[in-house]
Amino acid sequence: MAQVILFNVTNGLIIGAFYVLMALGLSLILNLSNVINFAHGNFLALGGYLAFTLSPTLGYWGALLISPLLTALIGVVVERLMIRRIYNRDPVYSLLLTFGLAFVMQDAARYIWGPNGLPMGLPDALAQPVTVDLFFITWYRIFMVTIVIVAVIGLFAFLRYTRIGLRIRAGTLDLETVASLGVNVRHLRTFNFAVGCLLAGLSGVLAAGQIGLNPNMGDDLLMPSFIAIIVGGVGSLIGTLFGGLLIGMAAALTTVFYPAASEAVIYAILMIVLLIRPRGLLGEEGMLS
Amino acid sequence: MSQVTLSVRRRTFLKASLALGASQAVGAPFVIRALGDEPVKIGMVNPLTGVLSALAQSEVDGAKHAEAEINKKGGILGRQVQLLVEDSANDVGTGVQKTSKLIDRDKVDVILGDVNSGIAYAMSQVTSEKKVFHIVPGGHTDPITGTNCKWNVFRVCNTTTMDASAVTPELVKRFGKKWFFITPDYAYGHTLQDAFIKALTKLGGTYDGDFLPINNTDFSATLIKARAYKPNVLLNNMGGLTQINCMKQFTQFGMQKQMALGGALFELESIKGCPPEAQTGWWDMEWWWNQPNVPEVVKFVADYRAATKKTPSARDWFGYVSMHTVRLGAEKAKSLEGPKLAAALQDFELPPDVALQPGKVRYRAGDHELMPNIFVGEAHPPKSGADDVFTVAALVPGEEAAGSVADTGCTMVQPT
Amino acid sequence: MSLATLTGVARFPEGRRPLVLIAIWAVLLTVPFWLPLLGGYTALAGRVLVFGLAAMGLNMLLGFTGVLSFGHAAYFGLGAYGAGLTLRYLVHSTPLAMLAGTLLGGLAGTLFGMLIVRRRGVYFAMCTIAFGQLWYYLAYSWNSFTGGFDGLRDFHREAVGFGPLTLDITDAGTPFYYFLLAIFAAAVALMGLLLRSPFGRTLLAIRENERRARSLGIPVERHIWLSFSISCFFTALAGTLYALLNNFADPLALHYSLSGYFVVMTVIGGMRTFWGPLLGAAVFVVLQDYISSMTVNWMSFIGAIFILVVLFFPRGLLGTRRRIAAT
Repeated sequence: MAQVILFNVTNGLIIGAFYVLMALGLSLILNLSNVINFAHGNFLALGGYLAFTLSPTLGYWGALLISPLLTALIGVVVERLMIRRIYNRDPVYSLLLTFGLAFVMQDAARYIWGPNGLPMGLPDALAQPVTVDLFFITWYRIFMVTIVIVAVIGLFAFLRYTRIGLRIRAGTLDLETVASLGVNVRHLRTFNFAVGCLLAGLSGVLAAGQIGLNPNMGDDLLMPSFIAIIVGGVGSLIGTLFGGLLIGMAAALTTVFYPAASEAVIYAILMIVLLIRPRGLLGEEGMLS
Repeated sequence: MSQVTLSVRRRTFLKASLALGASQAVGAPFVIRALGDEPVKIGMVNPLTGVLSALAQSEVDGAKHAEAEINKKGGILGRQVQLLVEDSANDVGTGVQKTSKLIDRDKVDVILGDVNSGIAYAMSQVTSEKKVFHIVPGGHTDPITGTNCKWNVFRVCNTTTMDASAVTPELVKRFGKKWFFITPDYAYGHTLQDAFIKALTKLGGTYDGDFLPINNTDFSATLIKARAYKPNVLLNNMGGLTQINCMKQFTQFGMQKQMALGGALFELESIKGCPPEAQTGWWDMEWWWNQPNVPEVVKFVADYRAATKKTPSARDWFGYVSMHTVRLGAEKAKSLEGPKLAAALQDFELPPDVALQPGKVRYRAGDHELMPNIFVGEAHPPKSGADDVFTVAALVPGEEAAGSVADTGCTMVQPT
Repeated sequence: MSLATLTGVARFPEGRRPLVLIAIWAVLLTVPFWLPLLGGYTALAGRVLVFGLAAMGLNMLLGFTGVLSFGHAAYFGLGAYGAGLTLRYLVHSTPLAMLAGTLLGGLAGTLFGMLIVRRRGVYFAMCTIAFGQLWYYLAYSWNSFTGGFDGLRDFHREAVGFGPLTLDITDAGTPFYYFLLAIFAAAVALMGLLLRSPFGRTLLAIRENERRARSLGIPVERHIWLSFSISCFFTALAGTLYALLNNFADPLALHYSLSGYFVVMTVIGGMRTFWGPLLGAAVFVVLQDYISSMTVNWMSFIGAIFILVVLFFPRGLLGTRRRIAAT
């Protein structure tokens, strides 16, 4: 029994960690630029595929380091070419744009890497279980959670202690004033978008090691990320963090009792939150309304 | 003022592109008519985009290979064959629409498709209404040649009953009768598990299992439960990428030391997508390329590799067989009309260069299901080449595994 | 700049409007005659009508009230499932099936609208997406009832009886197209009436300047909620027609990608015009049909169309014309 509980708690943390990483990137972009990045799942896939292509030359660790950066770079290109033009327009345009972008990126992935699933090699050290008793916890899972924790702490530290981070946080609340204070808002938004894509790319590399690569791999993580943001509260990164962990844990715990409903419970939480506290658990009234 | 001029430029651009598009649409039918003899048109609808795209593409490859072969030998009824392929995008509305398009606009004589059984079924409603002959190369759900069987629908791939019944005796013989199922929670999964349970209990076996969401990525909870149950065999009924992930996690947890692994289908495309440690277990193949004792197969594989640079999988074979079935049926019926083709193919036996395996391979009259052999064997990392990932241990005749026509629940209603 | 341009409703000179209407209906009524000559087929026209109606329903909310829903496929799909489930389990009657489906989708929208009516902009859109996916998830998981992943099958449209007359629409040919057109006409007439009424004018006011409308004492939330509801009813009606067209209902009819298609159809045609969405549906459906036959990479082209429309043709086909006429 203890084994089952321990297992499910760790499993919940792992699932939640993934949702958190994805949702944080999405949330960053949403908060500052008011853009729902439908292509976020595709940036995740891109990160995974780039790691797959780079790992023969750079090794696993090199790929882990470089591919999120490359993903961020591609994000910069996308932002400057396309997304930048629709910032101050009706939100319908940003949704359509990222939606179309998602189509193009998914097709490109299928075209470049093929429709078949591809395996992502892991270093042998990581693929082992921790102990014989705890056979279900491989070092890779611990590694994933560690990386996510490092990334999340890094993100929050960055936002709290660096100047750019401060500007991003300020911009989330009142972009006009930030601009009038002499900050180059265009660069800020580009940078913010890049950070969001970096997080997505990192999620992709981690996910690839767990579930392999395929052109649709980001799709299943996109909706839970949305829900994590809504549940946690729009406009609040801590809320997103909390939301992601909550739904991850809920999904994992449900798998113990009724596996077929593990996805349903995420939607149930969404509906409950919308009914009882529409602004989200940690959301602030007035954000993005 | 500048806004108006910009808008005028936009309008011109729009008008030009609409004109271009319209000219394409208008030009197309006229062009075909100018080509002398009308070709025999066969329409294939398959999910070329979406999660099933790898399998769908293989079927298309097989069909195209057959198209080239048939045309080289004079075509069907003296006319060249033209294969028109449409993407159903894994969406029923699109699949039905494309089927209507192929029949109404392109005037195809035969329809092939779809890998997605739901779409295949919806298409069959359209084809039977319009009296067009329809072959389902690779859509597995049982009702297509069972409770929902139709006079104009024939199927190449196996039913879940056939696959389950074929592999069960082998698994029981080698490993034991206590099984644990991991099954996706949708129609195909349920029918597959039911078929397994029926075959297993007939041999006196016991079982437990879990139903998981179709897109489940994390199997840890279920695998722990399986380990606690201590079965002889773990049955992995998941499909596509979820099957691969389940295999990976199974071997990551070192569970192959405690129990055997098996299931119904583990297709070549999927095996190749696995890391070596997950290329394991006992499965069915609906057709396998490595049959050194059958000269037709050796020749076919050599030709196919030369033409397409890849080794044919069961899916390629499905597409290939479907096209040749049309040719053979048309030759026998001397016609391409739906009812006549269907009548000609009742109990029709495929010649060895199409069947590509030993034994009698025929379309059973009662339900229009093809009865090939089922290749039961073991998956393993590549031995002599990248595609040598499966070794056949037994050949189970399809008819033996299928049960009777009455069992399938098919009552064929002939066209009026 | 006249008041007409300010409110975004360019008024045609009195004589032109009836002419435009006559032209549109002439085209629609003669489709079975000219479409095959252009390399089309009648089922394609049916699809255009169904999607066009759905997009026009969405446009009530999007174009005329200025509120973005990116989850309207949910109500479309609910309409389809409602009709299908009725035909399969309850009664073999097409009109009743249509009623059931429309009610199911419309009521779901009405209830959901109540929850989120205070939200705006991007957050509102996010909630609509998530809510839509909830129904998608339900549809493909609830195997025993909805047929799950494989979709709802084993039902088909029944002949419709008007007293002594029976309209046999079970065949997918021309009679069914005219049946669709008739329903479409009725729905569109109703929609036109609503939009031309004081209620409709209030929606326009809310679109143009919500704050000012509120300061005039207009109960903005209630109007938005009503607009949301009504648009869901129309889209659900379109969904019932979709089920009748395919004799099938599947979970993808609820997926957000279809919602995205509806939005892009509305935008391509011109968001703020009445007939824009129908034109947008025609263009999009025909393009998609054509491109997906030409290449496996059709998704790139469709995605590129989305992007190009947003960047270069945001006002859509009819919207551009309107602006020129107004200046």
